[in-house]
Amino acid sequence: MAAPYDLNDDSVVVIIGSGAGGGTLGNELAQKGVDVVILEAGARIEHEDFINDEWDSFAQLAWLDNRTTGGGWRVHKDFPNLPAWIVKAVGGTTTHWAGASLRFQEHEFKDLTHYGKIEGANLLDWPITLVDLEPYYAKAEDKMGVTRTNGIEGLPGNNNFKILKAGADKLGYKDCHTGNMAINSADRDDRMSCQQTGFCFQGCKWGAKWSTLYTEIPKGEATGKLEVRPNSHVVKIEHDKTGKVTAVVYADKDGKLHSQKARIVAVAGNSIESPRLLLNSASSMFPDGLANSSGQVGKNYMRHTTGSVYAVFEKPVHFYRGTTMAGIIRDEAKHDPSRGFVGGYELETLALGVPFMAAFLDPGGWGRSFTSAMDQYANMAGLWIVGEDMPQEQNRVALHGELKDKYGMPIPDVSFTDHPNDIAMRNHAYKQGMALYAAVGATRSFPTPPYPSTHNLGTNRMSEKAQDGVVNKWGQTHDIKNLFVSDGSQFTTGAAENPTLTIVTLAIRQAEHIAGEMASGTI
Amino acid sequence: MVTVYDRKPAGTEAGLSRRDLLKRGGIGAMLVISGTAVLSPKHAWGLETTNLKPETMATLIQLARDIYPHDQLADKYYAIAVKGHDEQAGKDAAHKTLIEDGIADLDKRAGAGGYRGLGWEDDRVAILHAIETTPFFQAVRGGLVVSLYNQKEIWPVFGYEGESYSKGGYIERGFNDIEWL
Ligand SMILES: Cc1cc2nc3c(=O)[nH]c(=O)nc-3n(C[C@H](O)[C@H](O)[C@H](O)COP(=O)(O)OP(=O)(O)OC[C@H]3O[C@@H](n4cnc5c(N)ncnc54)[C@H](O)[C@@H]3O)c2cc1C
Ligand code: SF4
Repeated sequence: MAAPYDLNDDSVVVIIGSGAGGGTLGNELAQKGVDVVILEAGARIEHEDFINDEWDSFAQLAWLDNRTTGGGWRVHKDFPNLPAWIVKAVGGTTTHWAGASLRFQEHEFKDLTHYGKIEGANLLDWPITLVDLEPYYAKAEDKMGVTRTNGIEGLPGNNNFKILKAGADKLGYKDCHTGNMAINSADRDDRMSCQQTGFCFQGCKWGAKWSTLYTEIPKGEATGKLEVRPNSHVVKIEHDKTGKVTAVVYADKDGKLHSQKARIVAVAGNSIESPRLLLNSASSMFPDGLANSSGQVGKNYMRHTTGSVYAVFEKPVHFYRGTTMAGIIRDEAKHDPSRGFVGGYELETLALGVPFMAAFLDPGGWGRSFTSAMDQYANMAGLWIVGEDMPQEQNRVALHGELKDKYGMPIPDVSFTDHPNDIAMRNHAYKQGMALYAAVGATRSFPTPPYPSTHNLGTNRMSEKAQDGVVNKWGQTHDIKNLFVSDGSQFTTGAAENPTLTIVTLAIRQAEHIAGEMASGTI
Repeated sequence: MVTVYDRKPAGTEAGLSRRDLLKRGGIGAMLVISGTAVLSPKHAWGLETTNLKPETMATLIQLARDIYPHDQLADKYYAIAVKGHDEQAGKDAAHKTLIEDGIADLDKRAGAGGYRGLGWEDDRVAILHAIETTPFFQAVRGGLVVSLYNQKEIWPVFGYEGESYSKGGYIERGFNDIEWL
């Protein structure tokens, strides 16, 4: 069924990456009868083979190719070669995402308009509005089976959620529930319901949580119009002398290079690899990299203003039982500058197992202060802060000056420093999180620093004008008509919400556009 | 090769008298060094070293406990957590030097009785604070945070249940059983 395409077939759309953006785009195009080849650097690991063990799963799924870091963020010090915790496998990071699926708020598409100019921030309005995206958000929610949409019931709350909710009530928060989750609360779409296993971050062995691995990809393959080629690491995109892209060069699992011809190329390698690939594809015609006439490729790297609060109670909680992200408070997501910062944040429950808690509670920490916290593991509750961070030009993904990967391509260097707005927001969120747990009797709480980035955004941003960004409102690069960007690197700004629903929404909309343009012969 | 074994340590079989044990000392008089092994007569396990000095291994075990002190965890788990340094020392001479020199430095800072001779944790920890930023300390701590907490055997001590898929998740096993709220 899965259609194998010839390397010389120049009628295919080649998509690089099979995660939220690439996997969705591939299926959507195949459903419309377009021939698609997805090249995926990672292996194909079916969901039955996921591992309920944090470090073993990390070794199985994580993107571990060498990367370097710079800038003022603590990740640079604590995890110098792990700027991001994301996946290299068919399905991309949707294999081990938590499933929180929230629409952006209207004002978050128009930051510059609503927040005004902010020193040090490279704010810009998106060239699209919430109204443009609403019909596609609805399709994405239906496709992903998001709870509390389309008549789908919410998930039941676990112990961690119950504590969050009790604290939210005490603090007077009104908008607190078990979330809008792309996790089945009942059988749907031939997938079973959540068994509260508690290893969402290690891949859902039941398939209850949406991932392109076992939804979009097999559906696309069933049309006979989609081929997914695993273990295919793209190193370069090639173009002809008119400046149109014509082929991509990739290394197979033995490191042997192949060239796949293409009518259209869509880049969806997540926000570190996508700009890296464009930069590594520099040529005499495009000396600064493909689609980089604005100089914005790799710039404005965003990762959300994050942090966690863990708290210890007198009695057991067992917060690792059940869905990892089991509930949310949305009251702080609004834009209310009276709090001392622009934009807002969400509070979402989070739990880690003992191995990851030890690694992430206070990276580098040791001694009794640290171990007495670990001793209370069974009595812990926890939440994660996810807020809008400011795009800044000097926060960026660039090519390393010396280090190369095994294919001889420069590795990415990721540099990030918090904007004062990010710091003010995080401090506010820490205070609220700690107050929330204190209100339900916490005896001790921990404002835990951000982990390596799970949300990576903005490095090929969308803009009205070609001089301000890399892609237009369809994710089509301003410079090259048949080159598209289809992942979170398109984001003009990050919003307070977890990004994947919006990545999927943009991919559905982009597929419609690409199919239309192909049919009318414009590309 | 390093072996941690759960049987009666060879040292005791070889007839180490109680007096010998006390004389040789060890971690809080619990661990003894015999030939190429670190032994815990009381808990019947031993750790044989091939590349690092057994004294170094004994001090590493104490150091590991001082870095991540969990009084409810037996020395055995710390021994398992640091044994990788012996293997690495065999493959990488620079690593061997890093560890041997690091431990020698600890002993020197501790004075006459060496690091293990300091009876109070606070006194040992004071030394660790002074060397916290050294590559030696970073290497030991950085490896330990994984090699200690990733031992499935200790998870129950922390109240963590580990793998749950084979048991059908927690849907019927207490995901929402909190009663004290
Ligand atoms: C632990 C965790 C929890 C998360 N929870 C949530 C959540 O609750 N809600 C939410 O909205 N988001 C969540 N996210 C974020 C979410 O997973 C990502 O936003 C989303 O998957 C990004 O989609 P993407 O298409 O940009 O990239 P990915 O899904 O990462 O896919 C990119 C793919 O491209 C491949 N690739 C990269 N470079 C190349 C190359 N050169 N050649 C070939 N293939 C390549 C990669 O191997 C990968 O498979 C979470 C992330 C993590 C890590
Ligand atoms: S908690 Fe639910 S969604 Fe998460 S891994 Fe388990 S079954 Fe899947």
